[in-house]
Amino acid sequence: MAQIMLWEAIQRAHDEEMSRDPLVICMGEDIGVAGGTYKATKGLFEKYGPLRVMDTPISEGGFTGLAIGASFLGVRPIVEIMSVNFAWLAMDQMFNSAAKIRYMSGGQIEAPCVFRSAGGAAHQLGAQHSARMEKVFMGVAGLRVVTPSNPKQAYGLLKSAIRSNDPVFINEHELMYNMKGEVPDAEYFHPLEGSDIARSGTDVTLFGYNISVHWCLKAAEILDKQYGISAEVVDLYSLAPLDRAGIKQSVSKTHRVVIAEEDEAPVGVGSEIIAIINEECFFELDAAPVRVHSALVPQPYNHTLEKAAIPDHEDVVKAVLKLFGKA
Amino acid sequence: MKIEDKKRVLREMVLHRRFEERCYQAYIERKIGGFLHLYPGQEACCNGVMEAARPGQDYVITGYRDHVHAIKCGADPKEVMAELYGKETGSSKGRGGSMHIFDAAHHFMGGYALVGGPFPLAAGIAKAIQLKGGDEIAICFLGDAANNQGVFHETLNMAALWKLPVLFVCENNLYGIGTSIERSTAVVHQHKRVAAYNIPSAECDGQDIDIVYEHARKAVDHVRAGNGPYFLELMTYRYRGHSMSDSRGYRSREEEEEWKQRDPIFMLRDRLITAGALTMADYEAMEKETDAYIENEVIKFAEESPEPRVEDLEKYVLADRASQQPWLTGKAA
Repeated sequence: MAQIMLWEAIQRAHDEEMSRDPLVICMGEDIGVAGGTYKATKGLFEKYGPLRVMDTPISEGGFTGLAIGASFLGVRPIVEIMSVNFAWLAMDQMFNSAAKIRYMSGGQIEAPCVFRSAGGAAHQLGAQHSARMEKVFMGVAGLRVVTPSNPKQAYGLLKSAIRSNDPVFINEHELMYNMKGEVPDAEYFHPLEGSDIARSGTDVTLFGYNISVHWCLKAAEILDKQYGISAEVVDLYSLAPLDRAGIKQSVSKTHRVVIAEEDEAPVGVGSEIIAIINEECFFELDAAPVRVHSALVPQPYNHTLEKAAIPDHEDVVKAVLKLFGKA
Repeated sequence: MKIEDKKRVLREMVLHRRFEERCYQAYIERKIGGFLHLYPGQEACCNGVMEAARPGQDYVITGYRDHVHAIKCGADPKEVMAELYGKETGSSKGRGGSMHIFDAAHHFMGGYALVGGPFPLAAGIAKAIQLKGGDEIAICFLGDAANNQGVFHETLNMAALWKLPVLFVCENNLYGIGTSIERSTAVVHQHKRVAAYNIPSAECDGQDIDIVYEHARKAVDHVRAGNGPYFLELMTYRYRGHSMSDSRGYRSREEEEEWKQRDPIFMLRDRLITAGALTMADYEAMEKETDAYIENEVIKFAEESPEPRVEDLEKYVLADRASQQPWLTGKAA
């Protein structure tokens, strides 16, 4: 088991799948000769050449549609959209073509495409380079959405996404590419559905995904050491479909819920989880669930304002203390 | 085209015309729902191009005016009509409708309802052909109004850059829904717009199938030989409105009559009669046989076919679960 960085895990998944299947290709802006903005495709251009590692023009709608069209004939494209903010330009093709093609063709045609994109607020990138848009993708029928919180998931989810015959959107985070973690030396496929228990606990469930899993883990540590509260952290790496059974199981065990998301609250992951709790296990709750989320503002440039807009582990701790009447 | 081929194509064009006119009637009778975009007037475009290509082998993609393109590729008219009726036996099992006819077995990759949406999909199909090393080509039939979408330019750029085997056929019928091309587009002659991408192009009369065929042969040969994309603009006219909700208040009846003087079917018919290969009686028999076929087989099939089952509402949203294991849950199927 090697400790590698998250970008290396993604690169390894590309490399293994491309060497196995000549119809696996990748494309995106600066992914080839330049090696990728986040190095996730480093060395692939030299190994597989320009026909399979395609540096695209800056035309997100165009090249995403091109990838989808190729997938109709059995090609398995991995599309990198440099920033999730640019994915708005490609959503027409992702939603109207990839997500609907199987249904509207009565099962004749499928789009086994993978779309990877970096989202999240990094450092002072301003309103048009800091979006978190998972809530937009997770409401579309026909599209799977997964989001890794560590290198093992990043590697294993991408491997499974490439093999799957459904279109899969992978939501990555700009701040996490250099995060280190253990990835099995042997080939590994992470399931596209379900959730992981990142830390077991008994008093409260902290639901997180992608970067907010780390806030939850840090908060759980503080809650345990300073307040004697045992928090369970559930990593919802699959946002579509959400793991109803996993959510129910943890809530039935702890009876208290905090949901942490980097996105703004309205119509978001947190709202959806609370709806699922209402439908699946409302009477297991001892207290109303609490959401930790961003302020509803276009991301400010100013450092202090940006920090104020985005939550962190301290906000998760505060939410739990409030839930326990300790704040 | 040989004389025998011309006679066959005439018969096909009569079928295409009568099929569409029968759809009109079924729509009025409320047998067909949703939107319905009909093709009469433009038959020489699809037929002329596809006669120069390999129907059923070359990959074809188009917009929502798609019934005739599907049938020309080899789709069974019975299944296309059943689709319009929303039946389980329809080409998309009743899930698609008029704007989403598909026949993957005949490489008809579908009708799409976002104007311009098929441009990059066509380039992607061509990319797949290029990767697999086949000698098929991708053919993208769209109207002139689609060229005002951003993906038109994005796709032309990529297709030229990567020398993709794709033929863009622009059926320029002079109207985008109810707005004339002069009022929506700075350049009426669309082939001029592709010059910026170093893509060879031509414009020709889209009503005369012999002219369309000659231009299409050159275009298809260019693409199939591996020279990259080609753009063929066909000047044509749709007799009916954009869709059934269109009463054509934006154009004159005189203009319509003028175009009908150059009807693609009648021009081909008269040419065959002049050449002594056909009589008016032959033609009238052809029409009669076609109508009988549509009524006794096509409509009958659509009428008598079953509806999809409500239990199957969510079928086809995602791939069959068993075939997707272990990727979904980590467990074997």
